[in-house]
Amino acid sequence: MTQPETLLQVRNLKKYFPIRGGIFGKKVGDIKAVDNVSFTVNKGETLGIVGESGCGKSTTGRSILRLEEPTAGEVEFEDSLLNELNGEEMRRMRRKLQMVFQDPFASLNPRKTAGAIIEEPLTVHGIGEARERKEKVKELLQVVGLDAYHAERYPHQFSGGQRQRIGIARALAVRPKLVVADEPVSALDVSVQSQVLNLLEDLQEKFGLTYLFIAHDLSVVRHISDRVGVMYLGRMVELAERDTLYDNPLHPYTQALLSAVPVPNPDAERERIILTGDVPSPSDPPAGCAFHTRCPYVMDICREKRPEFQDQGDGHFVACHLMDE
Amino acid sequence: MSAQPTPSPVTTQDPKTEGEEREALNSSLRDAWRSLFRHRSAVIGGGIVLFFILLALIAPLLVPYGFNQVDADARLQAPSAAHWFGTDDLGRDIFTRIVYGARISLWVGFFAILGSIIVGSLLGLIAGYYGGWKDIIISRVFDTLLAFPSLLLGIAIVSMLGPSLENAMYAIAIINIPNFGRLMRSRVLSVKQEDFVLAARAVGMKDWRILLKHVMPNSWTPIMVQGTLGFATAVLEAAAFGFLGLGAQPPEPEWGKMLSDSRQFIQSAPWTMIFPGMAIMFTVLGFNLLGDGLRDILDPRMKQ
Repeated sequence: MTQPETLLQVRNLKKYFPIRGGIFGKKVGDIKAVDNVSFTVNKGETLGIVGESGCGKSTTGRSILRLEEPTAGEVEFEDSLLNELNGEEMRRMRRKLQMVFQDPFASLNPRKTAGAIIEEPLTVHGIGEARERKEKVKELLQVVGLDAYHAERYPHQFSGGQRQRIGIARALAVRPKLVVADEPVSALDVSVQSQVLNLLEDLQEKFGLTYLFIAHDLSVVRHISDRVGVMYLGRMVELAERDTLYDNPLHPYTQALLSAVPVPNPDAERERIILTGDVPSPSDPPAGCAFHTRCPYVMDICREKRPEFQDQGDGHFVACHLMDE
Repeated sequence: MSAQPTPSPVTTQDPKTEGEEREALNSSLRDAWRSLFRHRSAVIGGGIVLFFILLALIAPLLVPYGFNQVDADARLQAPSAAHWFGTDDLGRDIFTRIVYGARISLWVGFFAILGSIIVGSLLGLIAGYYGGWKDIIISRVFDTLLAFPSLLLGIAIVSMLGPSLENAMYAIAIINIPNFGRLMRSRVLSVKQEDFVLAARAVGMKDWRILLKHVMPNSWTPIMVQGTLGFATAVLEAAAFGFLGLGAQPPEPEWGKMLSDSRQFIQSAPWTMIFPGMAIMFTVLGFNLLGDGLRDILDPRMKQ
């Protein structure tokens, strides 16, 4: 196997949302939605990011695309630092970076036809003549498994799965290199989920796409990802090859998370790790390791020092003091 | 990674012909029209409004007199076959003046409201979309304008500009700006949170294009309703300015001015007041009914 080519490198990404209070709107604190996250995405792979609601996985995706302006950190895509581009440069760069949204109902303008929605990115980036674009739209509709005549219809005339296909066609229209898929199937019925997942896989193969696939559903992520990162309270706690992560999770949080996945066998003997307590507030995360308040193996050092996100060999990154034992 | 050769085909309900497709496309618009006709008060209001518009358009064809045709022999005559609504103290035919007055009221109402919609929406759009200091400045200006009773503010503006119909129109436009501005701002604040606006940014669209193509089209329905209701207010305000002598100047046949001119004859010749008053009342009523109807129809929660 050849050395994989890095497409996207995220270094120490932070996104803090200020909390304002008082009559003058003075800043009284920060919601640390993304707190010092680093990872790389290789060309042609799918990196899955999992975590529970509010752990900052969506914000990570949006900060990379600068839909939210990151507070700190670097995002290197191909040879440019996205966080240093000015408005116009970033706008042009968006041709290579597209996004698929979670809610197929909210992410399509209800007053535009499917055709107009898919054509928009082409118009914005000045691709093709009006007629070519119309042809391209028809082609794209077919690529995502719809029919050319659907171009005339409005979003409300489609089902959820079909709408998500329109969203995917819009993302693909400009032939991007990286697609950030933010929970692209979690709003869909289970039967439709697999259709859309298969479509995403087919398109990846066909167009050589790279996915940053954000989801909370562990089995969906397992199905589609090459590597998987686990986030907790704005931090990346573990990142590894898919099979390594699912078969041999090293971080206690990942272990607990994986033990919660239902197994379709009622007699299966397995040990469930039940976490107690709630996720701490990201406005006041615990000192040291963010997970120490709920960790079954908590040690003294966990309360004081934040563990480094280190490679434990074979690209298996873990942020846990247990690894140093 | 598992790779299947083709995506599972999507089954669309039933194949439709080209014609049916087009019908489905226009259905939502037609639904709105249809429910407009089913809505009783909207139909009545629309009828009244249409009646006055027609009156204004064909005014010269409708009446044998000029609106400023003085007849010293026919002063303060009661309604008759020759003078349907009677005559005023200068012997001018009141029906004629009311018909011509419709032109003035509708003209003032239309342009004043159009002006406040344009300026107000634009400011609201900027305030809502960009936020920050732009929002603070614009919103505080709106607050300041709203802090004064609107008529009082209008009087202040007209007295600065000098009393005339045109200046009254400007004043009405200015005092109505914050209504539309705030409405637009609040709509934009909610629309810009929608995923499709984020999607437009992710696609690489420029701000002004997002505003024009995505935010505006999804924000204008309440503006339309408010505009119709505002039209009624504007007609009333124009009449009020006329009444106070700050709007239309003699001999313009403005309804409010007609009211104030005939105050002294309220007992001896009540028709000089009743008919202009009724004209104002019905115009305002018509626009209010129409506006209420539109609000019901365009409110998605009211849809069955």
